[in-house]
Amino acid sequence: MKSSRNIAVLSILLGLAVITTACSLSGQSRWSEEELTTLRGLWIGNLPALPADPSNQYADNPRAAQFGQKLFYDTRFSSNGEVACATCHLPDQLFQDGIVLSRGVGVTNRRAMTVVGTAYSPWFFWDGRKDSQWAQALGPMENPVEHGGNRTLYAHLIAELYADEYTALFGPLPDLSDLPREAGPVADSGAASNWESMSSADQEAVTRLYVNMGKSIAAYERLLLPGESRFDQYVEAALNNDYGSANEILAPDEIAGLKLFLGEANCTNCHNGPLFTNNDFHNTGVPAAKDLPEDIGRSKGVQDVLADEFNCLSVYSDAQPEQCAELNFLVAEGHELVRQFKPPSLRNVAERGPYMHAGQFATLEEVLNHYNTAPEAPAGHSELKPLDLSEKQIEQIIAFLKTLSGPLDVDEQWLIKPEQPN
Amino acid sequence: MQPSKPKSRSIRPILWIGVIVGGLLIVFAIFMGIMGMRMNAIPSDLDTSTTRLSENGIFNVSYTASADTVPVNQMHEWTLHVETADGTPVENANITVDGDMPQHGHGLPTRPQVTKYLGDGDYLVEGLRFQMAGWWVMDFTITANGQTDAVRFNMRLQ
Repeated sequence: MKSSRNIAVLSILLGLAVITTACSLSGQSRWSEEELTTLRGLWIGNLPALPADPSNQYADNPRAAQFGQKLFYDTRFSSNGEVACATCHLPDQLFQDGIVLSRGVGVTNRRAMTVVGTAYSPWFFWDGRKDSQWAQALGPMENPVEHGGNRTLYAHLIAELYADEYTALFGPLPDLSDLPREAGPVADSGAASNWESMSSADQEAVTRLYVNMGKSIAAYERLLLPGESRFDQYVEAALNNDYGSANEILAPDEIAGLKLFLGEANCTNCHNGPLFTNNDFHNTGVPAAKDLPEDIGRSKGVQDVLADEFNCLSVYSDAQPEQCAELNFLVAEGHELVRQFKPPSLRNVAERGPYMHAGQFATLEEVLNHYNTAPEAPAGHSELKPLDLSEKQIEQIIAFLKTLSGPLDVDEQWLIKPEQPN
Repeated sequence: MQPSKPKSRSIRPILWIGVIVGGLLIVFAIFMGIMGMRMNAIPSDLDTSTTRLSENGIFNVSYTASADTVPVNQMHEWTLHVETADGTPVENANITVDGDMPQHGHGLPTRPQVTKYLGDGDYLVEGLRFQMAGWWVMDFTITANGQTDAVRFNMRLQ
């Protein structure tokens, strides 16, 4: 009889042992070869050298970068003298502004994206309506609610404030003596009609100057790169098979969150590579922002970039047409594009709320709850499927995301407002 | 001393319950293990060869990528080699390109195209960029010498 009881107890113990072993294997602290390959792909040590920008011949010119840095911080390049690039892309806030909708001379319809690491992206803005850093930099300067200025205003300001720096880089300034103070292809009707009354040669000369401003700002922005985080230190140790050190760098919950990030939560579908973004476009069913006009995202972005006077194929680009592969092989239409937005880099994500293109979510908890429940998209089709993660698992993913915080890999001189001429 | 029979009657159900519960736990553990393996499942017998015969056996098609392995998130090119089933290079073919991720229901993030005939049955395919790891398919529909046939390549990108 005793042996019967023993068989019963043994059967239960054996069953429990099998489950315990299975669980401990799935919650392992060591990574498989395949997982290590994925981790190496996310590691900052795997970030390739800065890609060339064939559309900007000044991209790697240090003097252009210095000039661009001055422009980046100079608030005089705006309609009210109070707005610079650095107004929404603050160096002490990871080159973003930490508010729901960005404020220039007015209020925009979108959340400011960080500039950090964007030299690696083929597309700019949430909808990819620009295809280079320099073309991107020129958008806000003429936007009525951002800098609110126009091309001849900026040309006059360059002649008055930065003539020596400009001519040393780009040659003689155009003759601006007969040109209106305010003119450009902008929303302001006075400036727009002044622009229409200018000769096409004058328009072209002023636009060349304007483009050179953008190329200088881009030369500066290329230098803004992310640095090493605790996650990177962990991966480096794991790649060296030094799990003793690795397990001191990240806590068990952070490692569990990383495992979910790579697996069950499907995060790496969009947040892959050393910058944790595939720089593509996805509809993840993010709710429409209250009180804002309908935003169809990439559907409009593709049309805008194709029509952009500053795109890679334009006369202002320094690239050969065959170097514009992204534009040449662009998916220009389709239902898939509706309400797609660009997944931002997750480096320093915990320091960069609120989240999504119009700051719809205040916290990472709200973001993760959205991905967990996968609501239907307000327009188009959401790519998400419900994840059914527990609260504990969501906490673990957030704990992991916080390990992606780290200092920028930028020389100190580029993080300060430079001295400006009067 | 109590008679042994009643005691054995009372123990037998415990024995059976124990064995059944233990057995169920083992089956449950094995089931969960299989499910876990299948969560991110790509068919284990997926044919990822870079040379394949077209569906109706008309063309023998192969590709080589401009990078060592087909990369994720990087614009790159392929050279597609087309020959007849008996090994003669196919000239002047008209080739259309498509592809998608069978598990995700989305297409390609770019619109790759055959841009140049390189000679000797080789065709340049430009504009390829795959934006995530996983199972991708690339489909080529080839028309040459009055015949049309399609070929599909599977890729397991990491």
